[in-house]
Amino acid sequence: MAKIAIDPVTRIEGHLRLEAQVENGRVVDAWSSSTMFRGMELILRGRDPRDAWVFAQRICGVCTTVHALASVRAVEDALGIQIPDNARLLRNIIASTLDIQDHVVHFYHLHALDWVDIVSALKADPAKTAELAQSISDWPKSTAGYFKATQERIQRFVDSGQLGIFANAYWGHPAYQLPAEANLMAVAHYLEALDWQREMVKIHAIIGGKNPHPQTFLVGGMASPVDPNTQKAINTGRIAQMRALAQQALEFVSKVYIPDLLAIASFYKDWAGIGGGVGNYMSYGEYPLSGDKSAASMWAPPGVILNKAVGSPPAAVDQAKVAEYVTHSWYSYASGDEAGLHPWKGETEPNYTGPKPPFDWLTTEGKYSWLKTPRYDDAPMEVGPLARTLIAYAAGRPRTVEVVNSVLGQLGVGAEALFSTLGRTGARGIETLLMCEQLLGWIEELSANMGRGDLAIHNSEKWNPASWPKEAEGWGYTEAPRGALGHWVRIVDGKIANYQCVVPTTWNGSPRDAKGVRGPYESSLIDTPVADLEQPLEILRTVHSFDPCMACSVHVVNSRGVEVNRIVVTK
Amino acid sequence: MPSRTPSLEVRLRDHGISRREFLKFCSLMTATLALPAAFTPKIAKAMNTAARIPVVWLEFQDCAGNTESFLRSAAPTTAEIVLEQISLNYHETIMAPAGAAAERSLAETLEAYPGKYIAIVEGAIPLKDGGIYCTINGRTAQSIAQEVCSNALATIAVGACAWDGGWPGAGVNPTGAVGLREAVPGLKNLVTMPGCPVNVVNLTALLVHFITFNELPATDQEGRPLFAYGQLIHNNCERRGHFDAGRFVEIWGDEGHRMGYCLYKMGCKGPQTYSNCPSVQWNEGTSWPIGAGHGCVGCMSSNFWDNTSPFYERIPHLEGFGVEATADMVGAVAVGAVVIGAAGHAAASAVRAKVQPSGVQTDD
Repeated sequence: MAKIAIDPVTRIEGHLRLEAQVENGRVVDAWSSSTMFRGMELILRGRDPRDAWVFAQRICGVCTTVHALASVRAVEDALGIQIPDNARLLRNIIASTLDIQDHVVHFYHLHALDWVDIVSALKADPAKTAELAQSISDWPKSTAGYFKATQERIQRFVDSGQLGIFANAYWGHPAYQLPAEANLMAVAHYLEALDWQREMVKIHAIIGGKNPHPQTFLVGGMASPVDPNTQKAINTGRIAQMRALAQQALEFVSKVYIPDLLAIASFYKDWAGIGGGVGNYMSYGEYPLSGDKSAASMWAPPGVILNKAVGSPPAAVDQAKVAEYVTHSWYSYASGDEAGLHPWKGETEPNYTGPKPPFDWLTTEGKYSWLKTPRYDDAPMEVGPLARTLIAYAAGRPRTVEVVNSVLGQLGVGAEALFSTLGRTGARGIETLLMCEQLLGWIEELSANMGRGDLAIHNSEKWNPASWPKEAEGWGYTEAPRGALGHWVRIVDGKIANYQCVVPTTWNGSPRDAKGVRGPYESSLIDTPVADLEQPLEILRTVHSFDPCMACSVHVVNSRGVEVNRIVVTK
Repeated sequence: MPSRTPSLEVRLRDHGISRREFLKFCSLMTATLALPAAFTPKIAKAMNTAARIPVVWLEFQDCAGNTESFLRSAAPTTAEIVLEQISLNYHETIMAPAGAAAERSLAETLEAYPGKYIAIVEGAIPLKDGGIYCTINGRTAQSIAQEVCSNALATIAVGACAWDGGWPGAGVNPTGAVGLREAVPGLKNLVTMPGCPVNVVNLTALLVHFITFNELPATDQEGRPLFAYGQLIHNNCERRGHFDAGRFVEIWGDEGHRMGYCLYKMGCKGPQTYSNCPSVQWNEGTSWPIGAGHGCVGCMSSNFWDNTSPFYERIPHLEGFGVEATADMVGAVAVGAVVIGAAGHAAASAVRAKVQPSGVQTDD
């Protein structure tokens, strides 16, 4: 029996540490720990709720926009504000653009190197690589010359002796199973995707002035004016630009990402039986298709699936069933650390009981993470693209059913393959493809509204805080790239009295709960093979399949009320 | 220093980047750095002869927004920077190795290139309670920053958090978060590039400046390069004409908003923020916040989370603005209730005081 620690877990957002017990080449126990804490909720207290989204958006710069969206929705829910249709569309366009861009970046730049051996790509035959690429896609760049140029570029890089971000990786590890040609194809697309993501995300800059951290959300709507007849608004030219970028996205995803995903997956089918995890899945639902907030009008339906039961329709989600534990988190509850609390009653104080740095091991029998432990109806939930895809599948959404069945058929595996490391990675791709198809539709809808003379982007009735009730509380939700995200806000006398975020990676990366039940990362790592303790590549595969985003996931609420000091700095 | 690789121009040409495109990049850099056009050949020469300098990118209490900004680099592209221009030896978000193997990459760089690598720092550094609020491999952020930055050839603090603690350091500052210069006092050759996030055009320009002139660019008293943070947004704003004429957005989505009128009344902090946003814009010049219809939140100003919020309240006193143009007075009259005093003038002048750092020599 050996214990290993992976810290830092790289190719993720933020600071994640994993500790694992390995016995006879398999993980028998695992602990997931976040090692960074900032305290957004404390910092928001006492501020103008209309400012909250600007702060909250900065929880994460990778899934930029998702916290902004949850934040304005929470305040709108508290104040009873309906947004104009154009604001709905602009938000859908921004959020789906992020999902698409973020998923592609995850696949190529954060996850691919778990499956793709760059060093092996140097041995590939460029002509055969072209044959392989042409056999799976009609992407026009797939020529022998193109792959040869890529290979030479990598060879020059290697010959320089400075391997930069690729130094000290696990190249040559026995778990790498792709032929050299598939490795070269993937490396070429790694570089291509780096250029592509920069283009795709210009949709954010068109609407929001910049990316990361577009600056365009408002409580009550959006700040990006629409008008086909002016120069300084989203006009016909801007619509055309967005349409072109969305079309390029669909082209790239359907001709590069999806074929690569299927090709790589076909060599790693054993990973359809590894990394299953808790088997419970939850989604809040996202992308309203109209002003109504019913489950049926959500493009990605809300729902809960327990014990992998995708054969029947998912249960409805009730936010009242969310509770957070701190039994194994570095916080304490006044009423004791064993009971879970709903976000409205969140009352947490940081209480670091871990080892004094520098340290080698966490005290995992006690508290061991800055993440709290959210549970739904006391059960751990996996959230993210796999959860959304399974819920849409179980709900019988036709396009999801069609594409999921097609992918399973092409790989020659059954539906049980979805509950795995490979299933998680595959579902992300499927979702990206479907979202690319839908994004174009939202751009056309916006254009049609403008054509009809509907130029409203903001409901200003309650913009002035003088129009607000003395006290109000609300919750706002979204489905971020990594899963279910909720913000809860309480407003008193026009200021934030309490604010809380329960975030996708908190759901997935949480430590054990009061009953000792493992979180989804921890649970999914059980039985993962580890061929070489010094090179735990397999553990990275499973944890990366969740796409961890640690900065999002760490938070604290202090219900005792702390005044925010207004600090004036004079320099 | 690392062994020389073929010149950048050769390397770019090898993968289809023409000399014309290369010179276009050099011109863009010349423009971003606000240098006379005559400098373009000098930059081209420097870019061609520079060795790949090792770079270590540290992330602490961050959101990776500056990393994402870096991934948006277009001229040169991120792939060109990483494969051909620098040697990015450590960067948690994108590096292949993890855990002990990743830490080896850092240790090897520090050992092989003492005083010869560039450190880039993203995120705030928590000092409270012995630094327990941010640890990597069991070590505190402060201890890592101390070790890495004090032996660097130069250090660049990117983004608002690494500059002054950013939002983790705002308000009650629960973790005692501070910027790099406070966490590791006395660092030589420290350049700060605030913004939430930093604009990658400016970060790239800084690297090019360093490679071209073998020294860091002139900075203001806060350590910000003058080429990027030397001028008020307000004085270069595309909506300035509307300000001067008294045409303002009154309600989100009104006709003035659609016509691109001035956002001052909606809380825009452009009149007190120093940044080249109006000229370089974002995402390859696609747009910028004011251009897209939302006021500036002042993200390149010091302690902006506390000092420039509430974001939707107009600046009560436009102190320190309108020091050089009578046109400002026109706008001031139109706005009303504007105070332009001697104190404001002095403050603005102080910010513009040019501070030239000592020259930094690279190995070659």
